[in-house]
Amino acid sequence: MILAVSQTTINLAYLVAGVCLIIGIKRLSSPATARSGNVVAAVGMAIAILFTFLDPDLDSYWIILAGMAVGTVIGIAAARMVKMTAIPQMVALFNGVGGGAAALIAAAEFHRLAPESGHVLPEWMGAMLFSALIGSISFSGSLVAFAKLQELLPGKPIVFRGQQLVNGALFAGLLAAGVAAGATEAGIWAVVLLLGALVFGVLLVLPIGGADMPVVISLLNAFTGLAAASAGFVLENTALIIGGTLVGASGTLLTVLMGRAMNRSLANVLFGAFGAPVPAATGGPAASTDGKSYREVTAEDAAVMLAYASRVVVVPGYGLAVAQAQHNVRELADLLEQRGVDVKYAIHPVAGRMPGHMNVLLAEANVPYPQLYDMEDVNPEFPRTDVALIIGANDVTNPAAREDPESPLYGMPILNVDQSANVVVLKRSMSPGFAGIDNDLFYRPNTAMLFGDAKSSVEKLVAAVKAA
Amino acid sequence: MSQALLASITVFVLSVFLGFELISRVPTLLHTPLMSGTNAIHGIVLVGAMLIAGSADSDLEKALAFVAVVFGTINVVGGFLVTDRMLEMFKRKPTERDE
Repeated sequence: MILAVSQTTINLAYLVAGVCLIIGIKRLSSPATARSGNVVAAVGMAIAILFTFLDPDLDSYWIILAGMAVGTVIGIAAARMVKMTAIPQMVALFNGVGGGAAALIAAAEFHRLAPESGHVLPEWMGAMLFSALIGSISFSGSLVAFAKLQELLPGKPIVFRGQQLVNGALFAGLLAAGVAAGATEAGIWAVVLLLGALVFGVLLVLPIGGADMPVVISLLNAFTGLAAASAGFVLENTALIIGGTLVGASGTLLTVLMGRAMNRSLANVLFGAFGAPVPAATGGPAASTDGKSYREVTAEDAAVMLAYASRVVVVPGYGLAVAQAQHNVRELADLLEQRGVDVKYAIHPVAGRMPGHMNVLLAEANVPYPQLYDMEDVNPEFPRTDVALIIGANDVTNPAAREDPESPLYGMPILNVDQSANVVVLKRSMSPGFAGIDNDLFYRPNTAMLFGDAKSSVEKLVAAVKAA
Repeated sequence: MSQALLASITVFVLSVFLGFELISRVPTLLHTPLMSGTNAIHGIVLVGAMLIAGSADSDLEKALAFVAVVFGTINVVGGFLVTDRMLEMFKRKPTERDE
């Protein structure tokens, strides 16, 4: 309408856009080219959007322009203001709205096509209903993931009796509603499907622990991709099919890879909360310390240990991210180095259960990259280490993963911090980690516990090291 | 089966293989940025929302399409910006090491 451009030209532009997206993903998967990959993908996206404006089928622009204006303001504000530690939940939110958009497209198309009985091709109907179902699940599931990570909802798994039965029945009901909507082309069934899928998304994510959220977000990311691709089938739009499918496929593989890095299957992440007994999640310190004793240490004593050590390894975890203690940790490490202490950081591949998360946080605090060590590189160092300082990490240090075949963690590669001469654990309380598993490390004779929020504990250590 | 559907299915199947192939060797370090980057890419759903919004007839469709465009735009704009912020963190490292 703005310019007379044929559908062929637009489709050629979509092809170029698709190539940009592919090159973008390719470059995103290597550290040296990742940032440019993101830019290339964004350029591809811009091409697709610009040429869509030239589509001859468009007969009004004000809804598009108004919607894009509102969305741009919200998107920029959200992306700029979010703290680095809160990025996982922001990704969840962006993913959720994408799924919501796919579901809304399906709903609008259904409303437009369904009254003309007999005009809805079966493949369109199938794609519409699939898009509505998966898009809605992704939308509500992502919002729950956001709420859990933002601590608006408790991070621990929320389970109730017969939950699996309810979920199974609900899913069967959704399929039935989908069949009814397809057969009768009645709007009421489409509404039932959309609302039911929203409820299902909530129930799907509620029983999953906060620490597993990144894996869940990755899965929902793949869902949104498939919903977008499905919308592409309805609209016969190749840009949507290429973009959506690429994300659907790569997102699925990424989800599996993340699960593998934690030595867990996807089924275990999604349904793990049901099999295991729950008391670990609800029991307080008393429940987890039965019969075993641990040693508590003051910040002053721990500071002396650190200040007079010659080798210190810092093991950051989720607790550091939550408390946003990365700058304080940097300060502590600098102080120790001034005293001639050799300081290394040991980064477990899934520290915080968020692959790469610790690298991002420590980089934000300007920790020199050569001080960061991967698990394989740092593990031989522990027997020569004077103090291992564990800041809010738990499951990735649990020696049960190495020693106890009965433990659910058994077989997961861990940081062998227990081999250090001394271990100082900064932790809020004796409650078990997100996996809900007691950590034998805390009861070892060479381990000392320093209780408190990671940030305030590190601040106290800094003050005490200065005084030492 | 219509030619249009067959073409769509062809693109779909090839994209599935390509998607798997593209990220099969990703260092764990990049899992999070990659997730965020692909998250932005499914914002392509915005294109669909634009097409719906530009040809909506009834008020209900217009309302649905408007929200869809807002959502899609947030997905695209927010997704790419957050990914860029994340990757900016990696840039400052003085040396690159192989994973």
